[in-house]
This record gives sequence, C-alpha cells and structure tokens, in this order.
Amino acid sequence: MPNGSPRNRRLSALFWLGLLLFNYPILSLFNASVVIFGLPLLYAYLFGVWSLLILCLALAARRPPTPPLPDAPRQNDRFR
Amino acid sequence: MLNAGVILFVSFAYMGLLFAIAYAGDRRADAGASIISNPYIYSLSLAVYCTAWTYYGSVGLAARNGPDFLPIYIGPTLMSALGWVVLRKIIRISRIHRITTIADFIASRYGKSTVLGGVATLIAVVGIIPYISLQLKAISVSFLILNRYPDIAMPTHFTEVPVLHDTAFYVTLLLVIFAVLFGTRHLAATERHEGLVAAIAFESIVNLAAFLAVGLYVTYGLYNGFGDIMETAMADPAMKQRLTFPAQSGAWADWGLSIFISMMAVLLLPRQFQVAVVENVNENHLEKAIWLFPLYLLAINLFVLPIALGGVLRFPGGGVDPDTFVLTLPMAHGEKFLALLVYIGGMSAATGMVIVETIALSTMICNDLVMPVLLRPTFLSLYHRSDLSRLLLTIRRSSIVLVLLLAYTYFRFIGEFYGLVSIGLISFAAVAQFAPAILGGIFWKGGNQAGALTGLLLGFAVWFYTLVAPSLAQAGFLPMSLISDGPFGIGLLRPFSLFGLTDFDRIGHAVFWSMLFNAGAYIGVSSFTRATAIEHTQATLFVDVFRYSEEGESAFWRGTASAPDLQSLLERFLGREGAETALRRYAKRHHIDWDAAPKADAGLVDYAEKQLAAVIGSASARVMVASVVKEEPLELPDVMRILDETRQVIAYSRELEKTTSELKAANERLQEFRELDRLKDDFISTVTHELRTPLTSVRALAEILRDNPDLPAPRQEEFAGIIIKESDRLTRLITQVLDIQKIESGQFGWRFGPVDLREIIGDAVHTTRHLMQEKGIDLSLDLPEGIPTVSGDRDQLIQVLVNLISNAVKFSDGGAIAIRLGSDPETVRFEVQDSGIGIRPEDQDAIFNKFHQIKSSGRGRPPGTGLGLAITRRIIEHHGGTITVHSEPGEGATFKVTLPVSTGRNAPDLQA
Repeated sequence: MPNGSPRNRRLSALFWLGLLLFNYPILSLFNASVVIFGLPLLYAYLFGVWSLLILCLALAARRPPTPPLPDAPRQNDRFR
Repeated sequence: MLNAGVILFVSFAYMGLLFAIAYAGDRRADAGASIISNPYIYSLSLAVYCTAWTYYGSVGLAARNGPDFLPIYIGPTLMSALGWVVLRKIIRISRIHRITTIADFIASRYGKSTVLGGVATLIAVVGIIPYISLQLKAISVSFLILNRYPDIAMPTHFTEVPVLHDTAFYVTLLLVIFAVLFGTRHLAATERHEGLVAAIAFESIVNLAAFLAVGLYVTYGLYNGFGDIMETAMADPAMKQRLTFPAQSGAWADWGLSIFISMMAVLLLPRQFQVAVVENVNENHLEKAIWLFPLYLLAINLFVLPIALGGVLRFPGGGVDPDTFVLTLPMAHGEKFLALLVYIGGMSAATGMVIVETIALSTMICNDLVMPVLLRPTFLSLYHRSDLSRLLLTIRRSSIVLVLLLAYTYFRFIGEFYGLVSIGLISFAAVAQFAPAILGGIFWKGGNQAGALTGLLLGFAVWFYTLVAPSLAQAGFLPMSLISDGPFGIGLLRPFSLFGLTDFDRIGHAVFWSMLFNAGAYIGVSSFTRATAIEHTQATLFVDVFRYSEEGESAFWRGTASAPDLQSLLERFLGREGAETALRRYAKRHHIDWDAAPKADAGLVDYAEKQLAAVIGSASARVMVASVVKEEPLELPDVMRILDETRQVIAYSRELEKTTSELKAANERLQEFRELDRLKDDFISTVTHELRTPLTSVRALAEILRDNPDLPAPRQEEFAGIIIKESDRLTRLITQVLDIQKIESGQFGWRFGPVDLREIIGDAVHTTRHLMQEKGIDLSLDLPEGIPTVSGDRDQLIQVLVNLISNAVKFSDGGAIAIRLGSDPETVRFEVQDSGIGIRPEDQDAIFNKFHQIKSSGRGRPPGTGLGLAITRRIIEHHGGTITVHSEPGEGATFKVTLPVSTGRNAPDLQA
C-alpha cells in the first residue's frame, strides 16, 4: 500500500508475510503425517505461525511513541 | 434430569439475560456513560463473526475434511493485519458520510445511486437469508438432541415438527422482539446501538467459554491431553490421512480461495460492517482489535481438532452427525450440565449472529430498497407527509420480521439438505461479490457506477448459477440434468464445472469464476465508460478521505435552501425533537444564531443531507434534500474546482521533484567546476614547471658566461647554443600554451578553406625531413590519387601532421615511419605509423592530455613539451574528426586521424 506511515507499512508487511506462510507452496512443506509436540505437524505449524502472527500484530499495531515536536523552520533549512 | 421444560427454561432465561444486558447498555448510553467505548468490547463484538457454524460446524468439518476448517479463521487474521489500512478507511468514510450499511456504502461511493443500493441489498438478502436460517437450524437441532438426553439420536425429519412445537420458532419470535427493541429503538443520526453491542460482546464471551469448556473436558477429561488424542487417532490410517491435505490437484487453490473469501467476509458481511464500522465508537479501538480479534479466533479453534477426533473415536460408523459432536460428546459421557452449557453457548453464537445480521439487513431493506421507491414523486401523498419517522421505524421493524420469517421458512423447506458449513460458505461467496466495488472504490478513483453495477450483477449471476441453481436442482425445483449435462445439454456450462474447470471444489470454483467476472467487468467497464460529476466527487471524497477534514462538507455541496424548509424536511424523518437536536448541534459548532438564520448555506445543506443519509440512506437523502434545495446544476468549473486540490497536490509534488532534480544538477555542475578548477591548477603548476626548467638552464648558463669572461671560445659557443635552443623551446612552449588556451576558449583564429591532404602531408614531410634524416629513419608514403578535399585550416592541419611525425621520430631510433592516406565517401583518413617503443595500453588515453609525458622506464624524460598531442587532438576535434592510437609496447604505434569530407564551420565547438 502506498499509504505509508511506519505502522501501516509494518502491518502491511505482516499481511504479506502471513499470506505467504499460510499458503502453497510453503504450507505444503509441512503437509506430512508427523507428530510434533503431540500435534500433527501441519496443525503445529499452522497454530504456531498463527500465534506468532498475532504476537507480531500486537507489537506492530502499538501506537508509536509521540515524536518530539518537529521544528518547523528546520524542515525548510534542508532546501536552503 | 434434562427435560424439555428445563431446557426451555434455561433458553428463555438466557434470552432474558440478554435483554437485561442490552437494556442496561442502552440506559448507560443514554446517561452518557458508555460501557462499550473500549477496545475490548469492540473486539468481542467483532467476534460475532463466529456463529453456530463455528461452534458446531468447525468440528464437523474437521472430522470430515481435516484442516479445511482453518482458512475461515486465518482469512480474518490476515484481514486484521490490513485492518489499519482498509477497515480504518472504511470507518472514516462511513463516519463522515453517515453511512450505515454496506449497500449504502456502495450506493454512496458510486454517485449515491439508488439502483446500486437496491442491487447490493438484494444480493445481501438473497445471500444471507440461508445463513440466518442455518443458525435457526442449529438452535432447533441442538434442542432436539439435548431433549433426548440421555439417548443420543440424530433428529430426522426435524422439519416435520409442527411449527408451534418447534423451539426454533419461539426463539425466532424472541429474536424478532430483541431486534426490534434494541435495533430500532429510535432513529438516531449515528445509528449506534450500545445495548445491542453490549449484548453481542456478552454472547461472544459465553460462546467462547462454553466451547473452551468442552474442549478442555474432551482433551483433559476424556483423554490425557493433546498428545494422547493424537496418538490414539493416528493409529487409525483413515484418520491419519485426514490430518493432512489430500493430494488432489486443486486442494491448495481451494485452501487459498477459502482464505480469500473469509478475508472478504470478515470485512463485507452485513453484520461485520454493522459491528466493525457502524458501531465503532473510536477508530483507535482498532489498535487493540487488530490483534485481540484474531486471538479470539485462535482460542476458539484450539480445541476443534481434539473434539473432532474425540467424536470420531467415540462414535465410529457415522451414526452421529459430526456437526453435533460438541454436544453429543458430553452427553455420551453423562455430563448433562456441560451439555446444557454447550447448548447455551451454541445458542449464544446463533442468536448473536441472527440479531446483528437481521438488523443490518433490515436497515438495508428500509434505506436502499423501500425508501427509494416510496420517496418517488409518484407517491405524492407520502412525499408530502409531515412526519415520516414513525413510518421509517415501522418499515425497519417490518423488515426485521420479514427477514427472520424468510429465514425460518427457508430452514423449514430447504435447510435439511445442507450441512452447516456449506450454507455458510455459500453466503461468504455471495458477500465476496461486494469486494471489487468496495475495495476498488476506496483505493481507485477510476471505478464508476456502470462498472460497479455490471460487476455486481455479473458476479451475482455467476454465484447464483454455480451455487444456488444446483441446490435448487437437488431440492427438486429444477431438473437434475442441469447438473449432470448442463443447460440444454451444453456440457461446457455445467454449473459445477463451468467451462470445463474441474480442479476446484464447488465453493472454490464458484468464487473463482464469480470474482473473475465481477472484478473483470468492474475494471473493464469502469475504464471504458465515463463517470458523472457526482461520481467523480464521491470517488475523490472516498479515496482521499484522510486528506479532507472530519467535516469536509461545504466544499462539495452547492446551492442553498431556506432554513425552515430544511428544518421541516429533517423533522419529517428524524421527528421534531431529533431535527431540533441535530440543527442545534450544527449551529453550536459553527457559532450560528440559528433563529436568525433564514438561509441555509451549502455547509448546512450538506450537514442535513448526511443526517438524513444515516436514517434513509445516501441515495434517498440526496433525492430529498434536492427537493428543497435550489440546486444549481453541477457544472464543469465546479468539478474542476473539486479536482483542483488534487491537482495542486500533484503539481506541488512535481515542483518538489523538479527542485530536487535541479539541486542535484547544480551539485553535479559544482562537481564539474571543482574538477575543472583542479585541472586548471594542475595546468598552471605544470606550465610553471615546464617554463622554469629551460629558464633555469638559460639563466645558469648566462651567469656562467657573465662570471667567466675568460671561458674558452668553443665552450662559450656551446653554452650560447644551448641558451638559444632552450629559448626556442621556451618560445615553442609559450606559443603552444597560448594556442591551447585560445583553442579551448574558442578564440583561436581559424582560417577554414578547402584543403588537399596530399599537399598537407607533403608539406609536413618536407618540414620534418631533416629530423628523420638525423635519426636515419626510412619514410614510406602511401598517398593515392582522388582523395576528396576536406574543409579545414591548412596551417593547423600541417601542424597536426608535423606533431605526429615528430612524435613518431622522437620515439624511434632508426626504423621506419609510414604515412598512409585513404578515404571513403564520408571521411578522409590518414595514419602515421612508427616502429618505435610503442605505448602501454594504460597510457593510450592519457597521451592526449596536456603535459602528459610517458614515464618511460630507464630512458629518463622523453623530449618534447607534452602539449603536442593535446593540441593535435583539439585541432582534429575542432575539424569534427577523431584521433585514435593503436599500439603494443615494443611494436610501434599508429595514430589514426579521421576527418569528415565536408567538414567545416559546422564542426562541433570545443568543450570548455
């Protein structure tokens, strides 16, 4: 998305990452009848990625710390 | 004991609790102490996404198809990540334009079109009614199963239960009452229902708690945790296979398409739009909802697989419908209170969905279907009626009754044919048809009404043909040959494998084709048709919503109205009190003395339209306001003015870009200047050095001659000779420096004329003959006849040749020099070849630079000023020609000069 505050960019990036991890072909790598942590590999993977994604969303969606007041004249100086 | 009385009592007690919560919520809101204004309640209300389908159906799907139940929750998680970009924009647009339904959103975006609003409403109603009936079915079936406790029997022919003995019927009636009471309590400009949201949030908690309770019971009560269940299940090869994806070719695509329609559904389902957009109190609640809502979805899915596996293990043979495992598992183990809790949880999931969905649909039906028809000028009596607010509420309430009765009827007649999930997915596919019009509408200004309408209609038609028509055939309303042979026996048009596409499952197949037609028509038609002025205006307002202020009104409404007219218009729809409040609020905000204002300006007209839009939809609101406003037709200059701001921004950014590139260019020029400056410094220091060397020896020798008058004559003669030679060298050097300066500054007095190169070469050879003879160098000349003349400065070209020849002589001891002349139609070439020491490749470019003298190994300083070749090159370039050198060390060197045949004054100027 061109709409670019850092938060928007972080969240959009997470969206694309999620889309990648939850789909073919990455997903097919985990499509095996193996048990891991007491769960079938596929489910362990899906729920694992899902949890991590939510964690990342929580971190990425936090309100950015209020930036110090910008110095208005400073911005113009760059072009002088 | 669990008899019908107990179950009914608990059911109705639960409904009573809901009423109480909703009532309390509304009371608190009226008192100004909102209990829903926090991100947690907001997130919980979003969880109305989880219906009875989630509650019962996920387990059924997991038991039948393994992982297929997950995309429905993964999709919303991904959409959550885009929530801050997409949903926030929709919320902001809807708030500014007082949009209350998804149909109104589409209508408003595409020029406040009544037709689009109506079409969108029809799609929503047709698509959603089965989904509501599914919830009623879940309530009915779960009651019938629980009622048989402790037996476990699947209710068969449950639709043959007389209506008056059917729990679902009474629950439906209660839901009607709830929706009417808390969904249409009053007509408010905001259309927010605080009590309703509070009740929905409560239902989400009950729903989750009950499901987690069963999950924990099955996983840790019946088994020893996840590992235990999995191990037991994996022992069975058939079940083991179900835990992975099938090897079928379209499985991954189906999975991806499921994620896609769930993403769309969580944004576009009418109930999601209601809770996420309309009931949103504060945009910033999204910050937390973005991760809390997916967390809820994750939690409610944790135990789906264990319950499904537990159910399959407990009820082998398929006698028990997997959709009921959540309920039948506790029952089979005699846990009647848990079973009752499960039943209540399922009811909460179902009722929450039904209530919100029904209210959202009724608003749509009222605002986008009924009002546009009723408000047509042909219905004159209604058009001029003084108070329409009662009528509006009546229409809303009738719509609620209608929707729920339709859903109940559908459930009674058709509901028995379907599993829980397939109906839900069919509805998802239906609302996904809104995706191009809405997502395109908020990010792409080019989308217009014709495109949106064509897309919606085509997409809906394909959806209907690929999903609904076959089910009608299966239910006996259409011939079965439609499915097996296609319509009129055309095999390519078979609804489950349209155009021969067979790799997808039915939902994936329908989604693929309908979205392709929908989005394709939307983009295609939009690109090839023109939008009207109002479409342009709305497109700009929607897409650039964050650029305009919260109340960016007056800039976009034109025309004025008399204030009393406007007030009476508002009174007709909002009631006397509502209109008064709304207008006072406006007057206060804009510091207007309302009682003294006879004319309503554009700002007020816009404000009034938006107040009306909240109540009757944007399309009708526009019609109504237009009836009292002396509207001046929107003309081109106005559109231009509207677009002007956009253009200014573009112009500004172009300006900025230009400035940046200018700065860059200036910087580059500065670098060039610095380089030139450095070269000049080098030049001066070199010249100084070159001048000083002969000067020093002249001076030293002159001093010797002065101080030693008695020096022998031959010595004196020798020293004087050196002085003369060095002075000559100095003169030559100074001449050359002056020449090169003149050439470079363009002040050299060129005298151009036709020049015969054979003659030139002859003259130059004559001048340098004695040099060659001194060193014993053989000269061979190859000067063919018929060489065309070139236009040039005769003296300077002779100088070039003298320079090249003397250069060749300098670096040769004996050996031979060959001069060859040649031509083709466009150029004349000559080359001077020597058999001297040659030039190293790394020096070949540099020798044409000023004062470059090759530091030859062990031979000391070569003779010459170091300016000869530099001057030569400048002269050649001034004639529009080129000079190159080819050489191998030890093999001699060949200088090749090419001059254009008709060169002359049009030769390129020398670079500074």
